[in-house]
Amino acid sequence: MTTDPVKTEPAVGSGAQQKVKFYQTGTHTVGNRLLDEAQRTVQASMDRSNAITSGHRACQGCGEALGARYALDAAMMATEGQLIAVNATGCLEVFTTPYPETSWQIPWLHSLFGNAPAVATGVAAALRVKGRDNVRVVAQGGDGGTVDIGFGCLSGMFERNDDVLYICYDNEAYMNTGVQRSSATPPAARTATTPAVGDEPGNVFGTGKNLPLIAMAHNIPYVATASVADLHDLEEKVTKAMSIHGARYIHIMVPCPLGWGAASHDTMKLARLAVQSGIFPLFEAEHGEVKTVQKIRRKVPVEEYLKPQKRFAHLFKGEGDVDRIAAIQRMADANIKRFGLLDGEER
Amino acid sequence: MLKQTEGSQAVAEAVALSRPEVVCAYPITPQTHIVEGVGALVKAGTLKNCEFINVESEFAALSVAIGSSAAGARTYTATASQGLLFMAEAVYNAAGLGLPIVMTVGNRAIGAPINIWNDQTDSMALKDSGWIQLHAETNQEAADLHIQAFRLAEMLSCPVMVCMDGFILTHAYERVDIPTQEEVDAFLPPFEPVQVVDPAEPYSIGAMVGPDAFTEVRYLAHHKQLRALDLIPEIAEDFEARFGRKSGGLIHPYRTEDAETIVVALGSVNGTIKDVIDAMRDDGHKIGCVAVCSFRPFPLEALRDALHDALRIVCVEKSLAIGIGGVLASAVRMSLRRLYREVFTVVAGLGGRPITRASLRDVFERAEAEMLDDVTFLDLNWEVVNAHLARAREVRKSGPIAENILKAMHADEGADIEEAEAGE
Ligand SMILES: Cc1ncc(C[n+]2csc(CCOP(=O)(O)OP(=O)(O)O)c2C)c(N)n1
Ligand code: SF4
Repeated sequence: MTTDPVKTEPAVGSGAQQKVKFYQTGTHTVGNRLLDEAQRTVQASMDRSNAITSGHRACQGCGEALGARYALDAAMMATEGQLIAVNATGCLEVFTTPYPETSWQIPWLHSLFGNAPAVATGVAAALRVKGRDNVRVVAQGGDGGTVDIGFGCLSGMFERNDDVLYICYDNEAYMNTGVQRSSATPPAARTATTPAVGDEPGNVFGTGKNLPLIAMAHNIPYVATASVADLHDLEEKVTKAMSIHGARYIHIMVPCPLGWGAASHDTMKLARLAVQSGIFPLFEAEHGEVKTVQKIRRKVPVEEYLKPQKRFAHLFKGEGDVDRIAAIQRMADANIKRFGLLDGEER
Repeated sequence: MLKQTEGSQAVAEAVALSRPEVVCAYPITPQTHIVEGVGALVKAGTLKNCEFINVESEFAALSVAIGSSAAGARTYTATASQGLLFMAEAVYNAAGLGLPIVMTVGNRAIGAPINIWNDQTDSMALKDSGWIQLHAETNQEAADLHIQAFRLAEMLSCPVMVCMDGFILTHAYERVDIPTQEEVDAFLPPFEPVQVVDPAEPYSIGAMVGPDAFTEVRYLAHHKQLRALDLIPEIAEDFEARFGRKSGGLIHPYRTEDAETIVVALGSVNGTIKDVIDAMRDDGHKIGCVAVCSFRPFPLEALRDALHDALRIVCVEKSLAIGIGGVLASAVRMSLRRLYREVFTVVAGLGGRPITRASLRDVFERAEAEMLDDVTFLDLNWEVVNAHLARAREVRKSGPIAENILKAMHADEGADIEEAEAGE
């Protein structure tokens, strides 16, 4: 019992929900409730679940906290509160459950860094054998837990097509242990284990795993990328994923102010620039085929995305590392071409 | 029903009679026949309402078990050797989370060098993980222990490992009495978890615990094992009352009354030891033995009582704590607190080396004559060891010698050593 269970109030239908905060943005516009019902986000609903309550210990401006909250509230809405979350070790786990406190209002299980997909398989199997088909399972982990140490378990879960939605919160490094490189760390990024010294500053080019594409190669029913830059889109993708059975994967980009060396108030801006530059394409795939992409409204050069982040600062010293910036631009352009992100460009 | 059957099959049937709801495992010799057996029973519909999950590794196997047990399903898995070590992180975790998973370990040596045969190094590596560890002496006991293990695990909310010697038990055909479903159902009630991930009552399981409470949590795990010291004999008594045979319990003493020398061991080797003791008793030696069934919790008191009147104790161990010697012996010494007895370690049967009656009798007699070393490696081939030690010494020879002279020397000595080895 490392972990005596921490009892929380039932999340749904108990009347014990945390009071929902709304923000006044104009005379009558509260949240996005002036929009059509269909266009409103889950977070605009009075019935949202508050799966993760406020008061957790994430850093200010943490994209992961934001992404997880939106994703899980949407999943709760989609399953009418019949949801169990399994968590890998990492920031999300640590900042939400310092015993004896917990931010989780939903049933939540953490075992290890590398086994969240398999633990979720076990939960799903138990629910199946108990005939509780209405209860659904979400597993979640950071990019390290997902692309590196938990990769074998994740691939196994995909291959068996277990009824689990796996969500990766990609902040592009091991943040919980102090910003070390993961195999999702982008080229040229400085981390504690890819320092910007000497001739090869930052993470080397040509490494890294593209897990959404690897997930697609497993032919699972649903794979999507999402970003905290577009929370509405994120909610829709989670909702869609919960309408499908079998193995599903959503890869969410979640900027980390601490690890990226960015201002706390720039989280959304950076996430948006990653999408609008083509660095992080947003798409959905079913059974290995790309089905939808989110077009770029105004293509921005990668410098705009890289410059506000200290992890790329070495690229802009003195004259600027023109070659490496150009290489990153080529990667973004390749994404734009591959996924047909600009209007008039077909895939 | 009495039948002539393989140990693995007997265990598979006992597990199936215990009605697990989720079974998942990854193949490794000598465990494979057990899970294949359970899988076949699921496929045939003999074991109903059970999910059999094939996974990509042992780490995943126990992780799936963690998930299903936390979600309230009776859960079983099995492994051995490299597989057990590969799942080690999850082994500790399952215990830390207090999940009543039952796992068979078909005991096997750990590589390198890779070796598929029996010793008990694998389960010993995880003896302090918080799992209860029961060691079967025979295939009948292996089958019976599984049925008891589920009851014990679920009463305590603690995982239980049933250890059985690879090949010697798993692959041996013996007569085993397999109980009926009705008998097992009467003995083993359905699983009612004390904590479960369920939207009806949301818990956070597996929270981060700091220095302020971690010791208390660990103490509670220890306390559970102390409670098991009472529960294990109780369950064994109830088992005997219902099934008519003794199986399980903490220890099995044999001819210990008036014994001056007592041998202590785990698992199947106790059969051979009893034969040797019978023969020595016939010749007038005052010798007996104690099989330790519950290695965790370790029955300090029960063993102290059993060993109280002996003059010396010989621990026959199928594992080696490298750098110190005996694993079992150190626990036995603890049980003898303030009783001053000689405790000898005999490391035997590593990597499947046969443990012969003649060799055992020899060490027991040497113990009686106060001529045994503290740590003895049964049937160790000293010629091989010395040849390799000599070679190692030569290779490291240093000094102002020209390199070509050194090389020539090595060539010569290499030939000598090869000759010596070939002659063995
Ligand atoms: C087997 C194991 N190795 C290493 C660790 C240490 N560790 C805990 S969290 C973590 C990194 C988490 O990174 P990521 O998955 O990207 O999540 P983030 O914290 O960035 O959200 C590491 C290395 C561990 N807990 N277990
Ligand atoms: S280190 Fe990054 S991911 Fe972790 S809590 Fe802080 S902002 Fe969030």
